[in-house]
Amino acid sequence: MFTNIGIRDRDFVRVIFEDQEIMVPQGHTVAAVLLAEGIRSCRETPVSGAPRGPYCMMGICFECLVVIDGEPNQQACMRHVREGMSIERQHGVAQIGPDANAAQDPAE
Amino acid sequence: MLNCDAAVVGGGVVGAAIAYGLAELKLDTILIDEGDVAFRAARGNFGLVWVQSKGIGCPPYSSLTRRSADNWPRLAAQVKEVTGVDLAYGRQGGVHLCLGEQEFKERSALMKQLKAETEGHFQFEMLDHRTLSELLPGLGQDVVGGSYSSLDGHANPLFLLRGLHAGFRERAGRALINAPVHRIRPHGGVFDVEAGNETVRAQKLVLAAGLANAKLAPEVGLRVPVHPLRGQILVSEKVRSFLRIPTLHVRQTSEGSVLMGDSHEDVGFDDGTRPDIMVEIARRATRAFPFLRSARIVRAWGALRVMTPDGIPIYDQSASCPGAFCASAHSGITLAATHAFDFPRWIVAGELPPELGAFSARRFDVH
Repeated sequence: MFTNIGIRDRDFVRVIFEDQEIMVPQGHTVAAVLLAEGIRSCRETPVSGAPRGPYCMMGICFECLVVIDGEPNQQACMRHVREGMSIERQHGVAQIGPDANAAQDPAE
Repeated sequence: MLNCDAAVVGGGVVGAAIAYGLAELKLDTILIDEGDVAFRAARGNFGLVWVQSKGIGCPPYSSLTRRSADNWPRLAAQVKEVTGVDLAYGRQGGVHLCLGEQEFKERSALMKQLKAETEGHFQFEMLDHRTLSELLPGLGQDVVGGSYSSLDGHANPLFLLRGLHAGFRERAGRALINAPVHRIRPHGGVFDVEAGNETVRAQKLVLAAGLANAKLAPEVGLRVPVHPLRGQILVSEKVRSFLRIPTLHVRQTSEGSVLMGDSHEDVGFDDGTRPDIMVEIARRATRAFPFLRSARIVRAWGALRVMTPDGIPIYDQSASCPGAFCASAHSGITLAATHAFDFPRWIVAGELPPELGAFSARRFDVH
């Protein structure tokens, strides 16, 4: 469905998508490389669990949320790939909550 | 010329609720909306169905608020049945959090006053930090306690607006959108409303145009001295459901977003945002729930509340132009059930009941 254009002269970096190593063009966004790899769905919605994928590609629609290096709810279209970056699908809501906090940082 | 039984000016949550109710009573109703150039308080609010703190020093307002809150379950069920729109309404109770002993003391005094003034109809409990922590997991140490009322609840205000509009149309109501009202001419017992390129001739007229009521009311012999009071809201990314009970400053939607708000600024007709206010909102929210520091903010906006000089709604009928009514309130969500179920009956009857006297703008006349 999507074809890379103008990447002949680019350097490639290695990212890990859910335990699978892929070589992707440096300077591309996470959303672009997911689409180029044929990964159309990158998350499930918090309420109905419906699959969602990159849509607006410009930071507005929040459809392309993924987990990057363990950080949930990252907009894949607004992040550039980096060597060694870990990318995972976002399943439902981010697991941020009272319990997680208590474990993290009871001080302050 | 469009003829109808009733014209409602204002497609926000107040006007839409009244139009929805009028259509249910089989009045041929036209809802006139200015379009997206309007200030749209209905699209910027927090979504509380809130009883505690309403009507302190004005028992009729507390009574009207409780009545609407009591009818909210019926409204939510009816809108769902007629339109399929789920308003995400819940009456889990609500909490006003107090940061510091002084706030707690003042809150306690206000709640006692309201209970006394309403002959005990208003119910509340003051809860200390420990008891509150059981209701609100993750509560910060700065919260010394708060007032809890089982009468409070919350809903999705955008779904409410959408549901009311859909229900209105489902009941054969007609909507005239992108039609700012230029002029209203009362003559011979009817009202000719010039809106956009149309003229609407109505037997009855309801002004529910938010801040624009101030300008429109004099054309039918009414006075509605409302002014804008800006509130800003921050919205977080969707996070795991943790907050079942809404608080005045922080609530979590059924989808998982956390809304933070309750700022008050007198900045005229500027519905923008300001970093210093957003910082203050975030600071208060993270003192209440420290783990929110690790949640990202994804949206923020300002919206203009429709405020009267004393914060109490204005409901009035015109003495010089019988059949003309006005409704102006900043609590369009809480009062939605009264606007949908009670107000339309009064309009059909042609007269507001005596117990609504406290809401007339005549209270602002110099005695």
